[in-house]
Amino acid sequence: METPAVHHGAMFDTSELVINMGPQHPSTHGVLRVVLRLDGEKVVDADVVIGYLHRGIEKLSENRNWTQIILLTDRMDYVAAATNNVGYCETVEKLMSIEVPRRARYIRTIMCELQRIASHCLWIGTHAMDIGAMTVFLYAFRERELILDLFEEMCGARLTYNSMRIGGLPLDLPPGWDKKVLQFCSIMDTKIDEYEELLTHNRIWLERTKGIGVISGADAVALGLSGPPLRGSGVPRDVRKDEPYAAYEEMQFDVPIGTAGDTYDRYLVRLEEFRQSLRIIRQATDGLPEGPIVGKVPRLIKPPAGETYHAIESPKGELGYFIVSDGKSTNPYRFRVRPPSFCNLQGLRPLIKGHLIADVVALIGSLDVVLGEVDR
Amino acid sequence: MIDHFVIPLVKILVVLNATLVAVTYMVLLERKVIAWAQSRLGPMRVGPYGILQPVADAIKLMIKEDITPVRADKWVFTAAPIISMVPALIVYAVIPFGPEVTIFGRKVALYITDVNVGLLYIVSVASVGVYGIILGGYASNSKFPLLASLRASAQLISYEVAVTLTLVSVILMAGSLSMVSIVRAQESSHLWYAFVQPLAFGIFIIGGLAETNRAPFDLPEAEQELTGGFHTEYSGMRFALFFLAEYANMIVVSSVATTLFLGGWLRPFPNVAMLGFLDFIPAWIWFLVKSFVFLYVFIWIRATLPRYRYDQLMRLGWKVLIPLAIANLVVTGIVKVLLL
Repeated sequence: METPAVHHGAMFDTSELVINMGPQHPSTHGVLRVVLRLDGEKVVDADVVIGYLHRGIEKLSENRNWTQIILLTDRMDYVAAATNNVGYCETVEKLMSIEVPRRARYIRTIMCELQRIASHCLWIGTHAMDIGAMTVFLYAFRERELILDLFEEMCGARLTYNSMRIGGLPLDLPPGWDKKVLQFCSIMDTKIDEYEELLTHNRIWLERTKGIGVISGADAVALGLSGPPLRGSGVPRDVRKDEPYAAYEEMQFDVPIGTAGDTYDRYLVRLEEFRQSLRIIRQATDGLPEGPIVGKVPRLIKPPAGETYHAIESPKGELGYFIVSDGKSTNPYRFRVRPPSFCNLQGLRPLIKGHLIADVVALIGSLDVVLGEVDR
Repeated sequence: MIDHFVIPLVKILVVLNATLVAVTYMVLLERKVIAWAQSRLGPMRVGPYGILQPVADAIKLMIKEDITPVRADKWVFTAAPIISMVPALIVYAVIPFGPEVTIFGRKVALYITDVNVGLLYIVSVASVGVYGIILGGYASNSKFPLLASLRASAQLISYEVAVTLTLVSVILMAGSLSMVSIVRAQESSHLWYAFVQPLAFGIFIIGGLAETNRAPFDLPEAEQELTGGFHTEYSGMRFALFFLAEYANMIVVSSVATTLFLGGWLRPFPNVAMLGFLDFIPAWIWFLVKSFVFLYVFIWIRATLPRYRYDQLMRLGWKVLIPLAIANLVVTGIVKVLLL
């Protein structure tokens, strides 16, 4: 970034203020660093600095065998670990042409959607907190806790699940789990209304989010945004609908899209996604087929030589895996992730230009980035 | 001797200590009420239901290391919390907690003093407190506090205009600047001024929230934006002084609102003789209950609402509250001249 400019006024000269927001800042959602150049409180320019959470997961994966990598994918988007697992396992299955049993695909769908709700709970909590509504944060975490309990019962872990295996699942569902999921759905239905009551028609909330960080559909596509930030701008792109995976082709659901492309529309899109996720979970739980949970998987996983790309719709957007196998070794030759948070973060700089400091935190929250996934 | 020296001294001691205890317990109350609003328990560890939490907090803050940043302006940095705290405390000198009562056969007024320019005294002293925030942010020699103190000065100055204008409407009604006379005027007119001046009352509450840096106007210390605002660089007891000043100011605003708009120490419906049995509750309890209602509402608002943005806050102040307050003042004046 250039040196701060000095403006010569009639009476006083004013100079721009360079301020360093993060990596230790309550609203940068982890270790994001934004260097802001301010004119008063207005952002003239911004520099987004990432890399504080880089653990080299992609390179590390080239030295782990195919099953061990599942554990590493947990650590990318750590608020939606199961979704990451699904994406990776399906990519390898695609590479090896393994048929996954229907029951396993249904359970994967349920887990992905529960994960989407958990991730969105975290988003609505922190987003509202950034704008100053502290109560929503605790309400949302209360519901997220219920989902974590469900996951704990299912696979023993609460954050990094390691809950998938190539070709299916490690374990079948515990007895009575599906009842608890349906119970959770009916609780969650009322809780979403509760969030809406606090925010959706709140005048201050409207003033803080309407018309803030507007991005047109074409611009969003050009920047490579995906997920709710893209759909909030009116582009109906959802991998679950366009290139169905798991059991999504058998599910009935709508893809909510916004019109204005501002922070408020992105908020509405995610709120509607809560409801659609519940709809999918109900369908999948009610129609859960019997049968095996693992397909025909060879003892030693060694995909044939070749490369493949497979994307799924994570709560943050399009999560893609690109994997190259040389066909000889038990680890990938090249492992590359297209993390939605990383690509969405690309939109931050154009979005915050010209807005005020207070909007910067609102916009970081509105893009919903997880730094574990950005830096990998 | 007793009338001119001992009694005032005792009153000052009682009021000052009661205020400081009330302020520390305000912190606990706020944490508890917000916790209940958020389906949590709040502090529970120190003492039963956490009632000793303020004591623990005070001890912790006193024995904490007191850090002065190397590049800070040391004198101003030290003075700022004091400048912020002292006005918040000396305002209590004119707040009437009750009428004259007889204790041990001696007539004692339940206020430290009744100045004939009481309201003016409150407004002018309270506005000195702003300097504490401005100087604290400036002396820290750090960018986030500087931004916050700029916000604070702009916010407090603009909202003070609106609040003071509403006070003028009340002064017109009561015909006096003395706090005690204002309560007496409400007694003789048989009406709390909140019913006569609802608009002024509303503006006063909103402006009061903004002047005490409370949500949704807590921009100077917006944690999510400015990492704590003007007191980012403060620690230990100096931080505590800022903190206590904020809560002391909240109590001041509630007390002033009670005195001006809710009839001070008067019981509800002071003119209805049928409710005379309510008089068995001492006047000062009525005063405290009414003030408590305001404090509770302040906390409740904080738990509910998001925060305004800086420009929206200024727009609300200058384009809505100040014109409304002026209109209210003009109408009050006209009505007063024509009808009374």
